[in-house]
Amino acid sequence: MNRGSRPWLVRAVLLVLLVAVTVAFPKVFTNPAVTNYGVLALIFVTVASAWNIFSGNSGYISLGHAVFFGSGAYAMGIAARDWNVQGTTVFALLPLVAAVGAVIAVIFGLIALRVRRHTFIVITIAVFFIFQLAAFNLRSFTGGSAGLNSPFLNWPSSGYNTPFYYIALAFAGATIAIAVAVRRSRFGLQLRAIRDDEDRARGLGVRAMRVKLTAFVLSGAITAMIGSVWFYYINQVEPQTGFDPLFDLLVVLMAFLGGYGTIAGPVVGALIIEPGTLWLNTQPQFSGGYLSEILLGTVFLVIVLFVPRGIVSTGGEWITRLRTRGRPAVVPAAAGAVPGGSPGGPAAASTASTADATKYPPPASRASKGGAR
Amino acid sequence: MARELIHAIVDGILTGGVYALMAVGLTLIFGVLDIINIAQGVLVILGAYLSYSLSTRAHIDLFTGLLITIPVMFIIGVVIHWAFIRRLRGTERTSMTLLVTYAVALIIEGVLYKVYGADDVQLQASYTTSSVHIFGFYLPWIFIYGFIVAVCLVVALYLLLYRTRLGRSVRATMQDENAARLVGIEVNRVAALTFGIGVAVTAVGGMFFGATNAFNPNSGYDLISRLLAIIILGGLGSIGGALAASVFMLTLESVVTIWQPTWAIAVFYAALVLVLLIRPTGFLGRKAVRAQ
Repeated sequence: MNRGSRPWLVRAVLLVLLVAVTVAFPKVFTNPAVTNYGVLALIFVTVASAWNIFSGNSGYISLGHAVFFGSGAYAMGIAARDWNVQGTTVFALLPLVAAVGAVIAVIFGLIALRVRRHTFIVITIAVFFIFQLAAFNLRSFTGGSAGLNSPFLNWPSSGYNTPFYYIALAFAGATIAIAVAVRRSRFGLQLRAIRDDEDRARGLGVRAMRVKLTAFVLSGAITAMIGSVWFYYINQVEPQTGFDPLFDLLVVLMAFLGGYGTIAGPVVGALIIEPGTLWLNTQPQFSGGYLSEILLGTVFLVIVLFVPRGIVSTGGEWITRLRTRGRPAVVPAAAGAVPGGSPGGPAAASTASTADATKYPPPASRASKGGAR
Repeated sequence: MARELIHAIVDGILTGGVYALMAVGLTLIFGVLDIINIAQGVLVILGAYLSYSLSTRAHIDLFTGLLITIPVMFIIGVVIHWAFIRRLRGTERTSMTLLVTYAVALIIEGVLYKVYGADDVQLQASYTTSSVHIFGFYLPWIFIYGFIVAVCLVVALYLLLYRTRLGRSVRATMQDENAARLVGIEVNRVAALTFGIGVAVTAVGGMFFGATNAFNPNSGYDLISRLLAIIILGGLGSIGGALAASVFMLTLESVVTIWQPTWAIAVFYAALVLVLLIRPTGFLGRKAVRAQ
């Protein structure tokens, strides 16, 4: 058991290194084109982690998180416009934006969380379209199809991205910390019980609706806040960018690429996909849009068909298999039962609490239900 | 006012008939395979573009062209099932299939952009412009023809499902996949055929949609969200529910359009939310859908 303490130390060192690297990033790369990648990647790390706090833990796949993202952007824009808030004081509006996101999540959740599985997903899509339509049609309130412009921020244009980088970094760090806290708490356990079998969880005394709604509100409030930061960073929001159907899809893709339901998964996924799509958009041969769309779809298919549990979980298994050199004693399923069973983990998993806590339940647990339908 | 209302209702019922056909395809796929085919919307647009190519390049009449596009779409459906859907198993199958069909939709959309460009097009024929005068208002012939074809195909689907051996296998698989397997039904073949049939109907839906609306490769999203609202409202897996819900929703939308053209589509979703608040399984949904 003396090995038990060493991975902990390794993890702490890696974490400090990771923090140092992320903090130093804009100091080293001062080129705004590069820091732009950093800011947007961190915004999506936050969104994907926030999505995962709700959907990854509860198993309710939300394809409507753009509702919160766009609402956050619009709430900030409308409040700043109507109350003439200017300069950096706009960021004092963040709690208000969080409250707006939370209120929307309560109403949205009370409707959508009554139904499960496919129906839930479809309801989230429907609510999403209602919000997009409202942004288009409530012209005096949202500015219609022209959208809103953010008030001027008198930051020096040379290092304009840097403050945004640190704001986004703070959000990403806080969201990951919340995700870890949720996972380790009784609340997180209740959420995962709902994912595995909601009726049984209810029978065991989990107040399912309350637990689901709390996670949904938490996730929605974070997404709304980061949406308002994104709005200030981009300087404007339009109905089709604030409420973007592709946004919903990208967030889900990030979570699935990295590892749905894990802590590190959405982070890794966002760090791969967001810079990737940004880079693709700068390439002339992809500028038509259709090629990046085909590529995105193909990547999606490959992930879902070949690495359905994401690169964090699957990568962790591969490393375990390498370390044990195919000895039968440590199979992936057993790794989940032994704490610290895969200490090294992939380098990226160092941000996760433990690599093995991120495992799925064995596939057999729900196979019978899928058949019975 | 009254005349406008009647016009809107007739309009809604005729369009609803065609939507019913597309929705039945979607709900049939759900019933047998337990998946929601997000690609259905873009497949409708693909069907519309196939008709477009046939009519502009080969000068084949839209309705005659269906004899070609329906089998083509059927084959596309079977191929999608064989290549992707069939391979998904395990705990997260529900979300995985949604993502896979979403990815398929993205790829098809990208290919359509590449081949046809982003400009709006519309299918043209003599009957899309000429109208018939009934009950004091004008109605383009395409609405009536489209409705007749859709009704014929829905009846044909009904006969296929309730009067043939294949239909019995399909319904058995819908009720209980494991039991169906036990009595000797080849569930995988039934699933492939169902997916094919469910996709084949989009050829007709696409032709009608393309003849009554201007469309581009991006139009699929609007369509799929309407179709999803319809089949959820009707109750997932319920064919009768899909028929009733499409006529109800399209009529509602077309009536609301008289007063509030910009908000008509929101009424569509608002109705869905309201109905689900009262009855979470939809009009004719099975209880089992909720109890999992």
